[in-house]
Amino acid sequence: MKYTDEFRDREKAKVLIKEIDKLAATIEIARTRPINIMEVCGGHTHSIFRYGLEGMLPDAVELVHGPGCPVCVLPMGRVDDCVSIAERPEVIFTTFGDAMRVPGSKKSLQQAKADGADVRMVYSPMDALSLARKNLDREVVFFGLGFETTMPSTALTVLQAEADGIKNFSVFCNHITIVPTIKAILDSPDLHLDGFLGPGHVSMVIGTAPYEFIADFYKRPMVVAGFEPLDVLQSVWMVLKQIKDGRAEIENQYARIVPEAGNNAALAAVGKVYELREFFEWRGLGSIDHSGVKVRDDYASFDAERKFAIPGVKIADPKSCQCGEVLKGVIKPWQCKVFGTACTPEMPLGALMVSSEGACAAYYQYGGVKKHTAARPNAQPVAVS
Amino acid sequence: MNMRPPPPKRVLGRVFIPTVTLAHGGGGKAMKDLIDDVFISAFAGAAPEVLEDQARFDLTMLATHGDRLAFTTDSFVVDPLFFPGGDIGKLAVYGTVNDLAVGGAKPLYLSCAVVIEEGMKVEMLRRIALSMAEAAHEAGVTIVTGDTKVVQRGACDKIFITTTGIGIIRPGLNLGIDLVKPGDAILVNGLLGDHGAAILCARGDMELETSIASDCAALHGLIEVLLTAAPGTRCIRDATRGGVATVLNEIAEASGVSIEIEEALTPLRDEVRGFCEILGLDPLYLANEGKIVIAVPAEESAAALAALSMHPLGHGSSIIGHAGRGEAGRVTMETVFGGRRIVDMLVGEQLPRIC
Repeated sequence: MKYTDEFRDREKAKVLIKEIDKLAATIEIARTRPINIMEVCGGHTHSIFRYGLEGMLPDAVELVHGPGCPVCVLPMGRVDDCVSIAERPEVIFTTFGDAMRVPGSKKSLQQAKADGADVRMVYSPMDALSLARKNLDREVVFFGLGFETTMPSTALTVLQAEADGIKNFSVFCNHITIVPTIKAILDSPDLHLDGFLGPGHVSMVIGTAPYEFIADFYKRPMVVAGFEPLDVLQSVWMVLKQIKDGRAEIENQYARIVPEAGNNAALAAVGKVYELREFFEWRGLGSIDHSGVKVRDDYASFDAERKFAIPGVKIADPKSCQCGEVLKGVIKPWQCKVFGTACTPEMPLGALMVSSEGACAAYYQYGGVKKHTAARPNAQPVAVS
Repeated sequence: MNMRPPPPKRVLGRVFIPTVTLAHGGGGKAMKDLIDDVFISAFAGAAPEVLEDQARFDLTMLATHGDRLAFTTDSFVVDPLFFPGGDIGKLAVYGTVNDLAVGGAKPLYLSCAVVIEEGMKVEMLRRIALSMAEAAHEAGVTIVTGDTKVVQRGACDKIFITTTGIGIIRPGLNLGIDLVKPGDAILVNGLLGDHGAAILCARGDMELETSIASDCAALHGLIEVLLTAAPGTRCIRDATRGGVATVLNEIAEASGVSIEIEEALTPLRDEVRGFCEILGLDPLYLANEGKIVIAVPAEESAAALAALSMHPLGHGSSIIGHAGRGEAGRVTMETVFGGRRIVDMLVGEQLPRIC
């Protein structure tokens, strides 16, 4: 396939791996411990596992899988709110596919659907809007989820709904923003990170300027990276190069998609419809200031939070769950006490076991082959249906 | 004198209304008319003299085909009922025929039980029955018994079909998923994931226009050719729900071997690749309805591949990997990029990723 195969060239990969190996060997910290590079975005985690990149990298380079899977970091209380909206008889609740499985304190949307709620999978918020047009006697709610990548599409859908005078459509807004979360991770006292791979598609919307503080204040290098395996390897090399040179800058490896200034039209739509929340609750990380957005008062009639009385109950993460430590790179997924035992993709206890983009689920499912014996000490064979 | 005239030749009933109602499931004349008009006329072509409650087989005749009976059953539910490359009727016949054939059996007879939702158009039912008849003819099997139920609207989704099949395994042939040995080659008979992708597209809620058609087909002929070319074949499995990845895991676990495959050798058409890229799906888990996973001893792999490739249903056949002495039950794949990853059993169903 044109424009994908070129970025999956194994000969080029070999060359890059060799260069990464050489470069890492010259970096001072690598003498005492691995160089820890966090990929912030779940899409990168997915690529890393899908192509087996961990096994290709030298031991001196460790990838730490960050908080960038929006499905994973959704707290149980918010899922409970979704279920309570979805279970109203007048509601058609629409959602992206992988949010169906996220466990709430009592049930997931998938279970709610089985219990009779009208939950439908859509591929775009615009599909939800067409459902609203076709079902004027029902209330269609779209589960707005994701970082700045998906935020513009929900914002534009709300604007479209307003322009068309559609009254039976609303968004249950759980959109989150990446920058405050990176900051929260950088502020954590047990931090072990030497650099970052920046989220490519978020940056396509917000540009690269919002990350400057990471370099200026925290003195950590970041390279905004694409999602093909060669993109990831090249970005790792670029981070290492900065460390080697003693630089901390925001570089853009994904320039073919990411304009330095971001996408103004998308940002304008987002700014029109949403405003920052004072704080938002993250599974595994707790409450983070200004890390989520809500629908502005001007569009209150499209805000499911105001349209329906939601319980809004906070549910604490299970005590045994160590997602927060995994997210910050303090421990590896398989070092968590419940990994593969109490917490599996079938019955996820923690956020990171939920979606295939979550670090723990990715380890459980795809495993870094060279590490998987360590990764799955208690793995049970899965029953065949 | 007891001189009764011979019974009159049975006249097939007819259905004159356009939709199936609960009356058609009531056991009376309406039901007989529906069965006659739609199923008997399609399957038998002519009215049998007498309809019994069961089909009867001559054991001596069966024994001419081999020394073991293979017996299998499968239910078919699919939305939409008609899709590019096939329909529920074809699936119901091919699916059961293939379940027999992958065990090395010659498929002979099928039963067909249908559960119909009231309100179903008789015309559509007729199309499905004719499609089943055509598929059965093509697969060389006879549909010899059946059952019809009609349920209230909402109690089923338009129509569910269950087919049960029997076939005969010839003496000396022994295939089993527990028989694979380290060093065996693993093959597939062509491009993967077509059926799964075709069904997802045909549901229409993705607004993706593709030319992907289901690969549904009866594979007994292909399997016969394969077994002649590679008589040492260890096992054959059809890679339906759960896709090739699931079958590989089942084989690795049952045989206590590791399986290593290469992504670059797994055959995919560009449309299916693109489809999976867009939705974040893994083609190894997509359903197939005309694809099998085969394990053969290494020395027979070239002959097996050649035989498969020459068959019309083997276009794109490939040796995708081999069984090894690694961790028993573990399936790994060398990615196109040169890395290696685990190919695990799918948990639940594949859901499209958010972004």
